[in-house]
Amino acid sequence: MNKVFIGTDNIITSLGFSTQENIGNILDNVTGIRLHSDPNLSRNPFFASIVDDMLLAVHFDGILNHFYPGKKPDDFTRLEQLLLLSAYDALSKSPVPADNKATLFILSSTKGNVDLLADTKKQLKNPNKLFLWDTARFLSRSFNNPNKPLVVSNACISGLLAIIYAARLIQHGKYENVIVCGGDIITEFVASGFQSFQSLENGACKPFDAARNGLSLGEGCGTIILTSKEEYASTPKIEFIAGASANDANHISGPSRTAEGLFLAIQSALTESGLTTGQIGYISAHGTATPFNDEMEARALNRTNMQDVPVNSFKGYFGHTLGAAGVIESILTIHSLQSGKLFKTYGFETPGDIEKINVIDEHTSSNINFGMKLASGFGGCNAAAIFAKK
Amino acid sequence: MSIITKYCIIRDNRIVINGELDYQADLTLPFIEFIKGAYRHYKFNYLKFFKMDELCKLAYLGSEMLLKNDNFLDCYPSNEIGVILSNCASSLDIDIKHQKTISDKDNYFPSPAVFVYTLPNIMIGEICIRHKINGENAMFVSERFDPDQLWQYAEMLFSSAKVSAVISGWVDVMYDSYAAFLYIMEKDNLPEQRQSQIINKSYICNSSQHLSELYNRHF
Amino acid sequence: MEDLIYKLKQEIITELKLEDITPEDIDADSPLFAEGLGLDSIDALELIVLLEKNYGIKIEDPKDGKKIFYSVRTMAEYITAHNVVA
Repeated sequence: MNKVFIGTDNIITSLGFSTQENIGNILDNVTGIRLHSDPNLSRNPFFASIVDDMLLAVHFDGILNHFYPGKKPDDFTRLEQLLLLSAYDALSKSPVPADNKATLFILSSTKGNVDLLADTKKQLKNPNKLFLWDTARFLSRSFNNPNKPLVVSNACISGLLAIIYAARLIQHGKYENVIVCGGDIITEFVASGFQSFQSLENGACKPFDAARNGLSLGEGCGTIILTSKEEYASTPKIEFIAGASANDANHISGPSRTAEGLFLAIQSALTESGLTTGQIGYISAHGTATPFNDEMEARALNRTNMQDVPVNSFKGYFGHTLGAAGVIESILTIHSLQSGKLFKTYGFETPGDIEKINVIDEHTSSNINFGMKLASGFGGCNAAAIFAKK
Repeated sequence: MSIITKYCIIRDNRIVINGELDYQADLTLPFIEFIKGAYRHYKFNYLKFFKMDELCKLAYLGSEMLLKNDNFLDCYPSNEIGVILSNCASSLDIDIKHQKTISDKDNYFPSPAVFVYTLPNIMIGEICIRHKINGENAMFVSERFDPDQLWQYAEMLFSSAKVSAVISGWVDVMYDSYAAFLYIMEKDNLPEQRQSQIINKSYICNSSQHLSELYNRHF
Repeated sequence: MEDLIYKLKQEIITELKLEDITPEDIDADSPLFAEGLGLDSIDALELIVLLEKNYGIKIEDPKDGKKIFYSVRTMAEYITAHNVVA
């Protein structure tokens, strides 16, 4: 089995258009979750993390001519703009050849261009844009990649599952490089749905906190490049060493009270890695801050004897970015491994009434060798992945 | 060598298992009437069925067809069975219904029971809940059924000992048409109980090429 | 009140997709969220939507739901006390 190295990356959220910008704001304890009063997004004002329209326009304008001379920004959907910007940033810093047949693109998204459902005119102009495989094709063809791109659409574990899929393909020698792009936008479609579930926090979400009462939606895009070639790895070198998914088999929206699926995914990842729980130095939780999710994750960590491992959630900074979450948060996990900096859980102050876990409540320096990323989603799905510093 | 031991096709208001017709209804019947009729015909007793959207009803019924009169679930631990599905339209059918509940500002009633289905992997969840399956999950979206992708994914799972068998295939509902092509794929070295169950100890496919041919024969 | 109870039973059956169940099958005083009907957390949220859509009553705190939706009768009583629809 080939080794899987982590190459360059990019994060776009309300906190910035690059990974560095996002980390800078995280270190400065800034949240991008704000009150938005936009009747096109929600009947009532609601809290969310949304990429600034003007900044997006300026950034996209900067690359449009390079990719599509003669086309206008309006010819592209919001998600397409974000994906192109993100992939471009990651690839421009990477020796990985995007146009090579040994390179594959994988798109992770839960709803793609679902904003088109509210815009019949735009929909009719290009009806294929409603389909995720079209968005993936747009992305890979923008970089002249000759392969059929793949799409993972598996609720909130999509991003992490796409990374696991990419790693498996490299391990099994199917491709040398895989570019994983995850993205989802804020829409009335999604906001109204979560509002009907009464699961949105009235403010920035508070993962694992006693006063937590729901999630914050966020839009974002993340690109991460995985490669079998050690010379393409970013430094300090990080490897993907294990990953797994598992289902609760319990309920389609509520997580298992026994955390069955997440427990199994963690166990499977640990078995594959050959590590003991004692060797995991840090966990990036899913941490959506809903009462049930956080309770379930605390259960999973206790069941796997990792209740003392420093754990955080990033969702207080830029919200739950759905299909992008697994990618964005894996990138941050990897940066923590590389820099030795663990980021505090924005929004956490007082431990909630959940099983005891070790929530990181201030930015800390810690030299860790193995980090784990977790994700869970609607449909009872769960995923876990382990990254190692060489 | 991995093998496919059973397959089921649901389309044109017909249910075909391992190439034999098992149930059919009048072609003019709308999908919802067909699928409810099939559910009643087989006397399934699973009330959650009626809450499912059309995509999940189709996936659920396909899974019942694969697993009825079969010892598959008894031969593998629940976390060694995976569910790997794919389709073209994701959850577009129910997406359109959800969009309708929010498009009229004077009659604005988004429904959690509708919204929860606006993700294509929910059908994997429904299959796992019904049959108590805990293994690897994955939902892929592609323009056409891609036998190579699904075969390759299952084999990667088998070779890294993630699972020993998968329920896999294509389940799609788009505008007025629907199609399901589901199959059971098992890792070589079948458990003994399983070997005796499979009719004539024969398999249906043992390569992605075979799978592709099988699919093309029916679609 | 009995008319409202019957109407509510029909609405619950329709909105919660309880196929094969008739109003006669639902006892007005039995707990709705017991084994019998198999209602879950999504159904509880749907009942909140039902109240708003059919009766114009908005429940501000979902935690009140437990009391209001205990049985068909408690729902009917709540509606009678808060009804804004003429």
